Amino acid sequence: MLEWRRRREPSTPMLWLSPLIAIGLTMLAGMLVFTAMGYDGFHAVGSIFVTPFAEPQRWADIGVKAAPLVLIALGLAIGFRANVWNIGAEGQYVMGAIAGTGVALATYDMSGWWILPAMALAGILGGMAWAAIPALLRVKLQVSEILTSLMLTYVAVQFLFFLVRGPWKDPDGFNFPQTRMFTADQTLPTIMEGSLVHIGIPVALLLAVIAWLLMEKTTAGYAVKVVGLAPAAARHGGFSAARTTWATMLLSGGLAGLAGLFEAAGPFGQLTPQFPVGYGFTAIIVAFLGRLSPLGIIFGGLVLAGTYVGGEIAQSTVRLPQAATGLFQAMLLFMLLATDVLVRWRIVWKRRAA
Amino acid sequence: MNQPREQEVPPRLALAHISKSFPGVKANDDISLSVRPGEIHALLGENGAGKSTLVKIIYGVQQADEGTISWNGSPVSIPSPKAARRLGIGMVFQHFSLFDAMTVIENIALGLDEAVDREALKGQVAAILQSYSLPLDPEREVHTLSVGERQRIEIVRCLLQKPKLLIMDEPTSVLTPQEVERLFATLRQIAAEGCSILYISHKLSEIKALCDSATILRGGRVVATCDPKVETTRRMAELMIGAELRRIEHGRASGAGAVRLAVSGLSLPGAPPFGTDLREIAFEARAGEILGIAGVAGNGQAELLTALSGERPATAPDAIRLDGKPIGLEGAGARRTLGLSCVPEERNGHAAVPDFSLAENGILTARHRLPLAPHGIISRGAVRRFADGVIKLFDVRTTGSAAPARSLSGGNLQKFIMGREIGQQPAVLVVSQPTWGVDAGAAAAIRQELVDLAAKGSAVVVISQDLDELLELADRLCVINEGRLSTPRPVASLGIDEIGLMMGGIHGAGEQAEAAHA
Repeated sequence: MLEWRRRREPSTPMLWLSPLIAIGLTMLAGMLVFTAMGYDGFHAVGSIFVTPFAEPQRWADIGVKAAPLVLIALGLAIGFRANVWNIGAEGQYVMGAIAGTGVALATYDMSGWWILPAMALAGILGGMAWAAIPALLRVKLQVSEILTSLMLTYVAVQFLFFLVRGPWKDPDGFNFPQTRMFTADQTLPTIMEGSLVHIGIPVALLLAVIAWLLMEKTTAGYAVKVVGLAPAAARHGGFSAARTTWATMLLSGGLAGLAGLFEAAGPFGQLTPQFPVGYGFTAIIVAFLGRLSPLGIIFGGLVLAGTYVGGEIAQSTVRLPQAATGLFQAMLLFMLLATDVLVRWRIVWKRRAA
Repeated sequence: MNQPREQEVPPRLALAHISKSFPGVKANDDISLSVRPGEIHALLGENGAGKSTLVKIIYGVQQADEGTISWNGSPVSIPSPKAARRLGIGMVFQHFSLFDAMTVIENIALGLDEAVDREALKGQVAAILQSYSLPLDPEREVHTLSVGERQRIEIVRCLLQKPKLLIMDEPTSVLTPQEVERLFATLRQIAAEGCSILYISHKLSEIKALCDSATILRGGRVVATCDPKVETTRRMAELMIGAELRRIEHGRASGAGAVRLAVSGLSLPGAPPFGTDLREIAFEARAGEILGIAGVAGNGQAELLTALSGERPATAPDAIRLDGKPIGLEGAGARRTLGLSCVPEERNGHAAVPDFSLAENGILTARHRLPLAPHGIISRGAVRRFADGVIKLFDVRTTGSAAPARSLSGGNLQKFIMGREIGQQPAVLVVSQPTWGVDAGAAAAIRQELVDLAAKGSAVVVISQDLDELLELADRLCVINEGRLSTPRPVASLGIDEIGLMMGGIHGAGEQAEAAHA
């Protein structure tokens, strides 16, 4: 019979294997569930997890979807390491896009190289401002940032709806609830001719490397880890938990805001009510799948981006509903949380004693 | 103490070849011992010697892998504490299980295996309190009681079940000398009535004063059985640690030097809900001296340490002065830069991060005074060299500076932490419970380091509950009680009775501390 045994030391190989096991279990469980529901479960899972990576023409699409996920997850992961649980990246993502779009609308009839950097800066500041509210409430009043950041997401989304249906509605848009299209100077340059592959992708990769250096090589990263692992030791060592909360909240808000601006100035080219697609929430799964490590997050971002692309493929090949993508993503998170038990415990096969 | 019984009487408890393994460690290895009726039997050994595992097996909390337990001559199995209590085994744990908001009698009623009529119970409790002359008010709420009184609740709980064997686990670790005396009188009376006592401790003087025989454990094995009244404490200590005891060498400069740390009018409210308020703390520590701060746990020691370390800054700059410079408002980092180092009592999670390597733990407090992270960029080489140096210089037993802190034994981690601070040559070192839970060999090494640091011209402040340690180390001694600090006095002029009374909160009065409660 199977028996759980506690490991004397957490297993490092298992720390990195458990995401892979979780992906395997998700594929298996997904296959069974969709077969039981009358779909072609085998091909459904293949479309979602294999096809996007097997067909080179999908790779550009994966990169475009992975960029915002990686950007947001980087900030979240650094916060999570410090026990700062920003669950509201979706709201900061939307507010970043709104702030950047504000600059775009104000500079509608101007031109110049400086417009896009100004939009990016506004995006970062917009995300930061939205994250500053939960940070302030936590530091000053000990209010859980989990609740406040999550609730502020819905405020941000409603604010977006208000803007695109009201003051920011495109005057030449036949009353559709959307802003003007951005001009060429307001749109992210693409790095591959005739594709959607925009400059946000290399920026995300670069920031992942910088985040890794920050966490591993600097006292700032050290402070984040100490505050998360042993708050009393952090105080003893002269690190301020309040300052760390501020820094990690602003960092994760800023990165989410930048991701929102990239999405608005890239694939969307304007703001519409369809803009919030849940990247801010999916990035939480990316962060955990990447073991809260900046380099692991690149891998996690690719996997989750693949499920978005694969979900669309599966809609046409095996007629899976659109909701299946979210279902697979959620299943992946649950499987990951479950397989993490293996880091501290191992399963042994034991013969039942007579 | 007790009358020697005839040889025919079977031992009350006999253990034969008891072994118990946990993953990676054999906690008990072929342990045999026997306790006669009415005998007070000491189980002596350092932390990690296997005492706790052995008594857990006797009390039914854990099961032995091998070996037999005999009770009054017949083999028994003890699958649970309830079974142990049915046999007549009672145990007073080191950490009490009491509800603070309930009265003594309510706590006793809750701890019983069967429901008992409240009025009948009151009568029984009163009878026990009377016959053992234990000062304890059954109607008082537990949070108003001293530690000694709380321990009496646990003893009464056991005595209600008319035990034949009473296990006492480190019962004196939190008691004042007067409370210890009273406890010993009670235990002698219990033994005289025929109840055997298994007394677990590593304090040799107590065992000499109380016990009829002693079993000494080391590394999970029995290394000796002896009569503590005959054996010298030095010999027992050497058996316990398995090495010759090193004497502390005092090579300090004569005469007190300049004042290095001056504290005056330091008051801080305790952190809710259970913190102790610091009230008007004032003392000076001079170059070349060790100042001892004694006191029973929970009287403001932790608060004093965090106030001095800067984790909780004071309200006025000149409440704390370092070499004359007011630092009361500075934070922990700034104070360390200026030369004030502190070592808190809790090693894991406060003085060190368990999940970090030793090298990474070096960064925690040494980065201010040493170039480990210039301009915020961690220099891996410098960090590793510093940790390797500490490990070598302070004889830390570990696989290397990459080993996680949690993989070290308490004593070795404490040696690393002390080395980390002393290696920075602080002007003032404040250390709380420097040898708490540390084996005797490491404790001697740590004390020697403190003496040497003072001899080099630093001021050392030692906060400890271990009076023997303070009397051995300190030049001057004061006592912290309910957040107030007594005036430091030269150790040479103090008697142990006087210190005990100060710890009980009666400064300079001859009255018994107990009188206030009785």
